[in-house]
Amino acid sequence: MNPDASTIAAGAPIEVDLSPVAEGQDIKVFWRGKPIYISHRTKKQIDEARAVNVASLPDPQTDEARVKAGHEQWLVVIGICTHLGCIPIAHEGNYDGFFCPCHGSQYDSSGRIRQGPAPANLPVPPYQFVSDTKIQIG
Amino acid sequence: MSGPSDYQPSNPALQWIERRLPILGLMHSSFVVYPTPRNLNYWWTFGAILSFMLGMQILTGVILAMHYTPHADLAFKSVELIVRDVNFGWLLRNMHACGASMFFFAVYVHMLRGLYYGSYKEPREVLWILGVIIYLLMMATGFMGYVLPWGQMSFWGATVITNLFSAIPYVGESIVTLLWGGYSVGNPTLNRFFSLHYLLPFLIAGVVVLHVWALHVAGQNNPDGVEPKTEKDTVPFTPHATIKDMFGVSCFLLLYAWFIFYMPNYLGDADNYIPANPGVTPPHIVPEWYYLPFYAILRSIPNKLAGVIGMFSAIIILCFLPWLDAAKTRSSKYRPLAKQFFWIFVAVCILLGYLGAQPPEGIYVIAGRVLTVCYFAYFLIVLPLLSRIETPRPVPNSISEAILSKGGKAVASVMVAIVAAGALFLGSMQDARASEGSDQPPGNKWSFSGPFGKFDRGALQRGLKVYKEVCASCHGLSFIAFRNLGDPGGPGYSVAQVAAFASDYKVKDGPNDAGDMFERPGRAADYFPSPFPNEQAARAANGGAAPPDLSLITKARSYKRGFPWFIFDFFTQYQEQGPDYVAAVLQGFEEKVPEGVTIPEGSYYNKYFPGHAIKMPKPLSDGQVTYDDGSPTTVAQYAKDVTTFLMWTAEPHMEARKRLGFQVFVFLIIFAGLMYFTKKKVWADSH
Repeated sequence: MNPDASTIAAGAPIEVDLSPVAEGQDIKVFWRGKPIYISHRTKKQIDEARAVNVASLPDPQTDEARVKAGHEQWLVVIGICTHLGCIPIAHEGNYDGFFCPCHGSQYDSSGRIRQGPAPANLPVPPYQFVSDTKIQIG
Repeated sequence: MSGPSDYQPSNPALQWIERRLPILGLMHSSFVVYPTPRNLNYWWTFGAILSFMLGMQILTGVILAMHYTPHADLAFKSVELIVRDVNFGWLLRNMHACGASMFFFAVYVHMLRGLYYGSYKEPREVLWILGVIIYLLMMATGFMGYVLPWGQMSFWGATVITNLFSAIPYVGESIVTLLWGGYSVGNPTLNRFFSLHYLLPFLIAGVVVLHVWALHVAGQNNPDGVEPKTEKDTVPFTPHATIKDMFGVSCFLLLYAWFIFYMPNYLGDADNYIPANPGVTPPHIVPEWYYLPFYAILRSIPNKLAGVIGMFSAIIILCFLPWLDAAKTRSSKYRPLAKQFFWIFVAVCILLGYLGAQPPEGIYVIAGRVLTVCYFAYFLIVLPLLSRIETPRPVPNSISEAILSKGGKAVASVMVAIVAAGALFLGSMQDARASEGSDQPPGNKWSFSGPFGKFDRGALQRGLKVYKEVCASCHGLSFIAFRNLGDPGGPGYSVAQVAAFASDYKVKDGPNDAGDMFERPGRAADYFPSPFPNEQAARAANGGAAPPDLSLITKARSYKRGFPWFIFDFFTQYQEQGPDYVAAVLQGFEEKVPEGVTIPEGSYYNKYFPGHAIKMPKPLSDGQVTYDDGSPTTVAQYAKDVTTFLMWTAEPHMEARKRLGFQVFVFLIIFAGLMYFTKKKVWADSH
């Protein structure tokens, strides 16, 4: 009952062009049936994410560990709430990040859980920069 | 009790079979001469009701499966086509969907009856545990069945419930992938859920056979909880129990038919009339009502794994009930304290159910935690403790003695009445406070409301005109074919009118012999063409918000009625939240934006739209559409007509449903009456 060959093949890596995404905007792409949020963060959002005392977080992780060095303005996360799998809404909630409408979990501008029942941060999918304006997810 | 039967058929052919397979003897000893306690009350007819409902669900389900397509792209449409095009498909679907709710309602009564009268105690432990297994299988079946229509609530319910398993440490994620057959809920998930939804009812039927077998070995419990001792304590199953069950089932059918014919969407969720969309989560995910108490327990525990464990143990704990409650007296009739705690427990379950449907915030979370503790305390503290400290009242020596000294059971009913009245009162206060300053769509007088409601033909035809001249430039009507305009119960066009109407449209067809697509005039069998080729195009052309298809809009939109209105709605058959909302939104545009509300660029203020910022500009203005029949050409009239038309597109067979409903009710009332008097006659000597 595990995924069949065609499902696995359809889950191959995809490339996404980032050049049309302006600062402060984000796009949602689908990979393996999951929505991936790609946010072009503002300076304010980056600063907020880095100013937090990491030890105080429910799932401690630094912002540096969640983005690629040299591309700090880009946050790439799987947009599936780690509680029960709803899709959080970008640019909502008290932390300039994501807000899940189902059970009220709130994530910050680094996709880290800050408030609500979700146990973990929004996962970062495997990805790398193929050029300055293009990433490959998967 | 069901030893070898001495039954001998008189027909030689049947004798021949009986010597080789004694199936008639088995039937005879199990359902004819089987001794049943003579003091059973009507709560005991729910066993028969449940067997009937299981048969009903399997029968309607098998026929529905002949017309259903288990594919992520086609499932939603195939369900709509069942309702619209299959002969009596609307009836089958309503019977199956409401049947699930009725099945659960009956099983809850059946379980609470067992709880009250101690039917789980020695020697009926295995019987009880088999019952819990049936209940678990029912929950799994019901959940997978709810996924099949592939609406928004189906999809997101499936996502939330399958994600519960990801809470299991180490293997959770692999289990979830195994359930999905992919990386998220998708087509493989739908396929396997369909397969399992078809399989599980037959497993249930198998366990039901074991359940009945165990019942016939231990014998039925009874309201006094004393075992039958002499022949005077029992009556033969047929005709006594048979006819009583028939009467019970026919009364139950009255309730069932009320839902099927008059309130088919009362227990459902409006969001499930929106096709599944993996990119948008509905603002408020709620499971079907029969899972709500467990959902409330899940949500009231702040830790994910603990919440999942709590939810499952709330059901599994029932298996241990025979050992948690060690009291020797079976029936709560003779246990003054246990009786009170039983009713408190019932109230806790109902309140948990109510909380399960509320948003998880503020007071609801705290109340949910308190009630979760109460739920578990009943099993883990109250019952074990009561069996040690309670002094039960003396139990009668035999069933016949109990029947002779009847009386005094009004206390419980009075208690229930007081609790219910108090809850209603509190609820109404809450509601009065909540409704201050809120923008509830105003109620309208619709020709199609109520048990004898019919569509106003004039309004349907005018509404069609408004749709064609105004709405159709942005909104599709993809489930409606031109031929439907001539169907009985619709706008009442003749065949020639339908053909003329259709030929005004250009429909894309092909490929022709040269392999090219071409355009031709529409025919009666064609569907209304949609204004945009796909959702993305619709989104791009309308500032990011795709105009929804209007075929189902009056059923896909609703607003919260709140407690206690949803209880009154059951009796008044109020079903028109959708039309009221649509009519209100069409008229709710206001130039002046009230203070404190900011409307983003490209949106418009609408009083009744959730959030007030709507992307659709004011669509109707006075005199915009000309009417030939002299009706006023005002926005209010346009809104009313087009809403009536859209109610018809959402449910083209509504008139047939209400007409058949009336006939069924007349039949059922007469039938139930006949059953009642037959039952009186049969039982005349036994009381």
